[in-house]
Amino acid sequence: MNYFELLGVPEHMELDLTVLSRHYLELQRRFHPDQFGNASERDRRQSVQQAAMINDAFQTLKHPMSRAEYLLEQRGVELKHEQQSFQDTHFLMQQMELREQLAEIAAAPEQTEALQQQLEQELSQQQQHLRSELSAAIAKQTAEADALAAATLRKLKFFDKLQQELEFIEQQRQD
Amino acid sequence: MAYSSKVIDHYENPRNVGAFEKDDPTIATGMVGAPACGDVMRLQLKVNEQGIIEDARFKTYGCGSAIASSSLVTEWVKGKTLAQAQEIKNTDIAQELALPPVKIHCSILAEDAIKAAIADYQQKHGGQE
Repeated sequence: MNYFELLGVPEHMELDLTVLSRHYLELQRRFHPDQFGNASERDRRQSVQQAAMINDAFQTLKHPMSRAEYLLEQRGVELKHEQQSFQDTHFLMQQMELREQLAEIAAAPEQTEALQQQLEQELSQQQQHLRSELSAAIAKQTAEADALAAATLRKLKFFDKLQQELEFIEQQRQD
Repeated sequence: MAYSSKVIDHYENPRNVGAFEKDDPTIATGMVGAPACGDVMRLQLKVNEQGIIEDARFKTYGCGSAIASSSLVTEWVKGKTLAQAQEIKNTDIAQELALPPVKIHCSILAEDAIKAAIADYQQKHGGQE
């Protein structure tokens, strides 16, 4: 049983998060180890395993990036442990430029508020664009589209890192 | 994570940080990235008429091990021919810097950066070294 089946949601990128959360909470209650206090050792152990799997499933499907990664993995496209380097020169040059802007902001957060706003906007636009590209590619269900989806997901990972660093700078400014 | 003293040395005093003009025909540029951690690495080689690497520059956004791996590589490639540079293995980098298993991918990134730069040079010069 895969994570989508386990949580009773369709195997899509577009998920209704309220339904996902509701199913998760129901299952979590049903398989909570406390419900198995009087059960046999074997049933107790199974309930612990089941509860852990329900948790993993929810954490994986909740976020679009890990959901996409899981969907692709189900189709035999493994991204999680890949060590191959990414070599899209054009994309990486753009990443370099964004990193340089980020470094500029980190070095002088008080003087770069306009730049920061601009960068935030740019990051959110690019991520939005990549996310819809990713969803569209995954929906096609062809090997070719899956390869494109994998490439898009890799790009999103670079943006996710940038986003995290930008948020870290913002947090420090507020502290 | 405990970094080795060599990683810390390269991290605190990175060698050859910077950039060359990428459109200069004597300059080879290799850009590589690691999606899993978001690291981005640029390695540039200045190659003379004899095909020998005279100088190198790098810029890396990433963890200490990624910075150290690329810094080390800029030192190693100087004076080598492109063919010799092509022979540098990630395992040599990892060993020199005493990288732990979880950081081996940083040395792979540095090796791939050399290969990407050489490919860029060959493309610029019509496939010959």
